[in-house]
Amino acid sequence: MTELRDLYQEVILDHNKSPHNYREMADASRIALGHNPLCGDKMKLYVRIDGDRIADVAFQGSGCAISKASASIMTDAIKGKTLTEAETLYGQFHELLTGPPDVKADGAGLGKLAVFSGVREFPARVKCATLAWHTLETALKGQQEVAKTE
Amino acid sequence: MSTATKTPARVYDVESLRAQFPILSRTVHGKPLVYLDNANTTQKPRVVIDRDRKYYEEENANIHRGTHWLSEKATEAYEGGRAKVARFLGAASPKEIVFTRGTTEAINLVASSFSQAFLEAGDEILITGLEHHSNIVPWQLACERTGAKLVVVPITDDGEVPADEFEKRLTPRTKLAAVSHVSNALGTINPVKELIAIAHAVNVPVLVDGAQAAPHLPIDVKDLGCDFYAVSAHKMYGPTGIGALYGKAEWLEKLPPYQGGGDMIASVTFEKTTYNELPWKFEAGTANIAGGIVFGVAVDWLTGVGLAAIAAHEHDLLVHATRTLSAIPGLTIVGRAKEKAAVVSFTLDNVHPHDIGTILDREGIAIRTGQHCAQPVMDRFGIPATARASFGLYNTREEVDALAAGLSKVSEMFG
Repeated sequence: MTELRDLYQEVILDHNKSPHNYREMADASRIALGHNPLCGDKMKLYVRIDGDRIADVAFQGSGCAISKASASIMTDAIKGKTLTEAETLYGQFHELLTGPPDVKADGAGLGKLAVFSGVREFPARVKCATLAWHTLETALKGQQEVAKTE
Repeated sequence: MSTATKTPARVYDVESLRAQFPILSRTVHGKPLVYLDNANTTQKPRVVIDRDRKYYEEENANIHRGTHWLSEKATEAYEGGRAKVARFLGAASPKEIVFTRGTTEAINLVASSFSQAFLEAGDEILITGLEHHSNIVPWQLACERTGAKLVVVPITDDGEVPADEFEKRLTPRTKLAAVSHVSNALGTINPVKELIAIAHAVNVPVLVDGAQAAPHLPIDVKDLGCDFYAVSAHKMYGPTGIGALYGKAEWLEKLPPYQGGGDMIASVTFEKTTYNELPWKFEAGTANIAGGIVFGVAVDWLTGVGLAAIAAHEHDLLVHATRTLSAIPGLTIVGRAKEKAAVVSFTLDNVHPHDIGTILDREGIAIRTGQHCAQPVMDRFGIPATARASFGLYNTREEVDALAAGLSKVSEMFG
C-alpha cells in the first residue's frame, strides 16, 4: 500500500473529490478538448488570456482521480502566470513524472504540483497526469484539434 | 450390462488445469497473480509453449515450397494445425479455414474482398451496437470505398440485441450482416443462430465475430449456418499473431484475393496471374508457421478439457461474481443479458475504472479498464469507461473473492 499512498496522496484525493476551477467559462478566449482514448478520459479546458498572462482558467470533464486532480491543481498553479512561466512549469512537471523511478523527485519549485511525484512509479498513469497539460498546450497554441495523450 | 457401469461425469479439476499454466504460479507486486483479463488475452498452457519451442528447435523451415525433409515436416505440421482448427470449429473441410493474424485481420479480409466484389453505392452492411471496433471499422472503410451505408441494430438497456430489431433493419439493400457471437465489453451471448436464420431467409450472408465465443462455448459453424466465422488463437489459450477465418467454400471461391504475394498464386506472368486454390488463395507471403501449428495444439487441448465443461465452470464463476460484486455498495454491473459469458463489466460510484485498475494491480489482480475497444457501447450506456473482470477456464471462486476484497480496498481509499 505504500506506493499506492505515494500515488494517491490525500491532496490528490481531495482535488478529485472537489476539483478547483471546475466550471464553464463564458468569456474564455481559448477552449481546447483533451481526450485519452485508452481510458476514455475527456476534458474541456477554458483559458482567458490577457496580454501574455493567463487571467483565468477552468475545466470540465470526466476522468480518473489522477487526471482530475492534475487538472485541478494545474489550474490553481497557472492562474495569473505568464505564458512563458506556464510553459516552464510544464517542463518541470513533465520531468517530475518521467524521471527515473529509483531517484526520489524533490519537486522543488513546483509547489503543490509536487504531490504527483509518486506517478513516476506508475508509468501507465503518466498520461493521466499530463492530459490537462497537453490540453493546455493545445489551447495556448490555439489549435483546433483535440489534444491526445497517445 | 447394466446402465450403472456408465462412466461417471468427469469432475472439473481446476487445480490440475491451473498447474498446466506456468504463469499462474508467479507473483505480481509480491501477491499471487489473479488473472481476470481473459477477454483481452488468455494465458498459455505448457503444451502450447513447448510446441512453439519444439518447432523452432526441431522443425523450422519454410512451407509449401521445399523439396527437403524439414520443409515437408513443417508443411505437414502447419496443415495439420489447419485441420485441427477446422475440426474444432466444425468446418466441412480444412480448405474453409484461412489462417490470419487474428480476428481483426479475418474481418478485414472479408470486408475488403467482399466489398470489392459485391458492394455498391447505396448498399447496406448491418452490424449491431455491441460490436468491438474491429467489427465496425473494417465495414466503415468498405462503406467509404464503395458508398455503401453502415446500419446499426440498437441494443437494449440489458445489453442485448433483439432479434426483431435485427430483422427490421434487413432491407433489399442489405448485402451482409456482421455480428459478434459474444460481446467483449459486456459478455452478452447473442442469439447468432437465430439471427443467421433471419438473415438467410432474405439471402443475406452473415459474418460472426467469434473472438470471445470460441474459448468459452462449443462452436459448430455448420450448425450455426454462418457464412464466415472469425477467431483469434491468443484468446483461446494459443499464441498471439495467429487466428482463423472460417468461410463457406462457396463464398471463399467467390471472393477475390485479399493480398497479393507468394504462396497465394498458381502461376504468375507479367500479363496474368492465376491464384492458388483454397485456402492458400488468401494466404500471401510466408505464414506464421509456428503459430498455425501451435494454434492446432491449443484447440486440441481445449477439446481435451471440453468446451461444455469449460462453459459450465465459467458460468458458475459468473454467477458467483455477479452475486458477490452486486453486494458491494456503489457497484453497478453494466450488461445484464440473460445469456452471458463470464464477463463482468462494472462501475463503482465516485471511482474511475482506471483508479480501480491501478489499486487492484497492486493486489496482484489483473483486470481491464477503459472502453474495451467498444466506444459505442460505452456511449450507449452514457459512461466513459468500465472496469471489466473476464474469467477463463483456470479461474476459481477464491479469485472472485480476492477481486471483491481488492474492491473493498478501492472503496476504502476513495471512501
